[in-house]
Amino acid sequence: MDQNNLLVMEHINKRFPGVVALKDVHFSLKAGEIHALLGENGAGKSTLIKVLTGVEHMDEGTVAMNGSHISIKSPLEAQKHGISTVYQEVNLCPHLTVAENIYVGREPLKFGRIDWKEINRRSRELLKGFDLDIDVTKQLDNYSVAIQQMIAIARAVDVKAKILILDEPTSSLSNTEVSKLFDIMNMLKKQGLGIVFVTHFLDQVYEVTDRITVLRNGEYVGTYHTAKLPKVELIGKMIGKEYEALANDSRSAVESNAGEEYLRLEEAGTDNISGVSFCLRRGQVSGFSGLLGSGRSEIAKLIFGADKMNSGKLFVENKEVHIKDPLDAIRSDIAFCSENRKKEGIIGELTIRENIIIALQAKRGLRKAIRYSEAQKLADHFIKELGIKTPSADQKIKNLSGGNQQKVLLARWLATDPKLLILDEPTRGIDIGAKAEIQKIVMKLAKDGMSCVFISSEMEEMLRCCSRMFVLRDKEIVAELTGDKINEAYIMNCIAGEGESKS
Amino acid sequence: MKKKLKINNISLLIAIVLLVIMYVAGANMYDRFGSISTILNLFNDNAYLIVVAVGMTFVLLTGGIDISVASTLAFTGVFSAFLLEKGWSAAVVIPLVLLVGTLVGCIQGYAIHEFNIAPFLVTLVGQFFMRGMCAVISTVSIPINNEFFKNAALKKISFVLQSGGRPKLYYYVFVALFAVLFAWYVLKFTRFGRAVYAVGSNEQSAQYMGLNVRAVKIGVYGISGFCAALGGVLFSFYTLAGYSLQNMGLELDAISSAVIGGTLLTGGVGTVIGSLVGVLIQGIIQTIVTYQNLNTWWTKVTFAGILCFFILIQRFAAVRAEKKKNS
Repeated sequence: MDQNNLLVMEHINKRFPGVVALKDVHFSLKAGEIHALLGENGAGKSTLIKVLTGVEHMDEGTVAMNGSHISIKSPLEAQKHGISTVYQEVNLCPHLTVAENIYVGREPLKFGRIDWKEINRRSRELLKGFDLDIDVTKQLDNYSVAIQQMIAIARAVDVKAKILILDEPTSSLSNTEVSKLFDIMNMLKKQGLGIVFVTHFLDQVYEVTDRITVLRNGEYVGTYHTAKLPKVELIGKMIGKEYEALANDSRSAVESNAGEEYLRLEEAGTDNISGVSFCLRRGQVSGFSGLLGSGRSEIAKLIFGADKMNSGKLFVENKEVHIKDPLDAIRSDIAFCSENRKKEGIIGELTIRENIIIALQAKRGLRKAIRYSEAQKLADHFIKELGIKTPSADQKIKNLSGGNQQKVLLARWLATDPKLLILDEPTRGIDIGAKAEIQKIVMKLAKDGMSCVFISSEMEEMLRCCSRMFVLRDKEIVAELTGDKINEAYIMNCIAGEGESKS
Repeated sequence: MKKKLKINNISLLIAIVLLVIMYVAGANMYDRFGSISTILNLFNDNAYLIVVAVGMTFVLLTGGIDISVASTLAFTGVFSAFLLEKGWSAAVVIPLVLLVGTLVGCIQGYAIHEFNIAPFLVTLVGQFFMRGMCAVISTVSIPINNEFFKNAALKKISFVLQSGGRPKLYYYVFVALFAVLFAWYVLKFTRFGRAVYAVGSNEQSAQYMGLNVRAVKIGVYGISGFCAALGGVLFSFYTLAGYSLQNMGLELDAISSAVIGGTLLTGGVGTVIGSLVGVLIQGIIQTIVTYQNLNTWWTKVTFAGILCFFILIQRFAAVRAEKKKNS
């Protein structure tokens, strides 16, 4: 190992109940470098950082700083070792003043009491270095999230850190604020800090970092010099295919048997995304690909009415419709299997049967209760049809494996007899067998005439399932691909912003 | 001073204004109401509640709740009376009961933090336990004949006014006032105090910022327990007896006082000064009801209305702040 490594993490293993979050992961950081930690959703970035900051405890592995082993059991200990963190969601106290948020826990004392004048004076000075001229005696929640984020960074820097971890710090910042942040990062780098930078904006990675470590599915992929790793190759490493291999890889996707147009969006927008236009056809699986945060899920939520549409038009079968909430969408024969299975999908304490009929019950209205016999028939039908492995429909859904839970959710939406089915990451965290089965089901549904939307971080399954592909970058549709153009190399070029625009 | 009043706490300002209005209105409606006596008696009669409310404020600031305080207060009364009857010296009994109260609080805080149990449940257990222990010691009222307690109960400052009134202020009131000032200082000028606000504002953030959340949580329940016991001692001065069924529901008086004084039950916002004002408002309603010769339950009815009013104000302020932020 290099002598000038400030931090070395080796053989880090971390298991959560049912999931291996980190498997033999390595990470090293030099003093005076900015090191990007990259990976798609669920790659283990956050877990690795939580281990480093003492929020989570690793099961196996070693952490060494300046050559000597350390163990970090709490955020407080991490701070004592000089590890300072800015989290994605601002982790400050909204009810305290700006100045206090910077100094709480380490307030300067005078005669044993907190010296408020000194706190305010020092905070003002510190924030001036960040070009922030705000009233530090005001409560934090008077300020925008972007300013709060800068304050969090100011605090992290001011604790005399040796290692600064920035976990997606730029997601709420504007371009000018981002470049201000980069100036500060470069300044700190010159002072000899090691900076870990987690982000999903690849442009920023190339703008500011020296090295890159990529994780995928909790495993260590590699560490590279930023300057020597082309963006397309980087994306390949993040989603799991080497670039060379891709170019020759022929696509096994289904033949397009697209029917007439089913749904059309014109310049639609919500609070999270704007200016979205595309149309979806019957009998076709349409894919939305792009990196995390590129706007994939936002589009799904827009169609389903989960995010309120506040501009543009939505047409279903050429008639303009107004979908103001998910119930409207369900009644318009739209189904949405959301990304977060545990939080937005299953109701763990209910049985499979009850989980299946929920959406149908909502569609029919609460007064027309679904009779037990009908519910049982539906459940049995789908258990057989989708191959849900369970002794009976009376099993609680939380006792099923991830793949079977996902099938139950699929059944829930199929029970409503939808014309449009949106699947957001339907195969995340489930085993390969179940993955293939779900892909097969989706393709069969499309073949039978349903319009399907498929969203996934895994390029391979996107290629297998989709016969039309929308590529997203920075919350914008940058390409719509069909036929031969749906190949990995081409899509990656689009994601990286090096391909042609709309074709 | 102007700055301190600006603590973006509309609720507290309104509470102070309301207190003044009620006093002025009372003074206009009834003879003798407008005297210094009325004000001093507010303190004389509510000293113990002030102390309990101070302790409660600490807990509420962290976003917790402590419904065991009334039982702890009653237990302190019964236990002291019992020990004093056995001939123990007041110099031993008072520190002992304060220690017991603090310990009970700390144990509750420990359970709440370590096992991540809802504070309501833990302190409900505490409430039942302490109330039960009162009855284990004695189910009947035990009178206190100890010299120190009698002195403390009766020693007072009397003023002789030209207008003929003879207002008086008992010595034990100073204990309560000292508690308020001390708590105010701790919350404003010590690291522990600021950590209390930080934990209540966002516990996860506080932990990530490296604050010792565990110490804060155990600490505030310890303080609440201590204050409940101290309130118990003051209450035994006031009544010179210990009785197991004393002050049922007092915990809710303390909580509502804090709420009226601008403390948010969600944590992070509030002051002990506010809680003091809340207690005084409760006291003044009681005085008015007495002057009006109404059934004492009217105190509760009026207070319910006022509490409701303040909850609405706080909700309104919160909604407005949210809107301002989003615009």
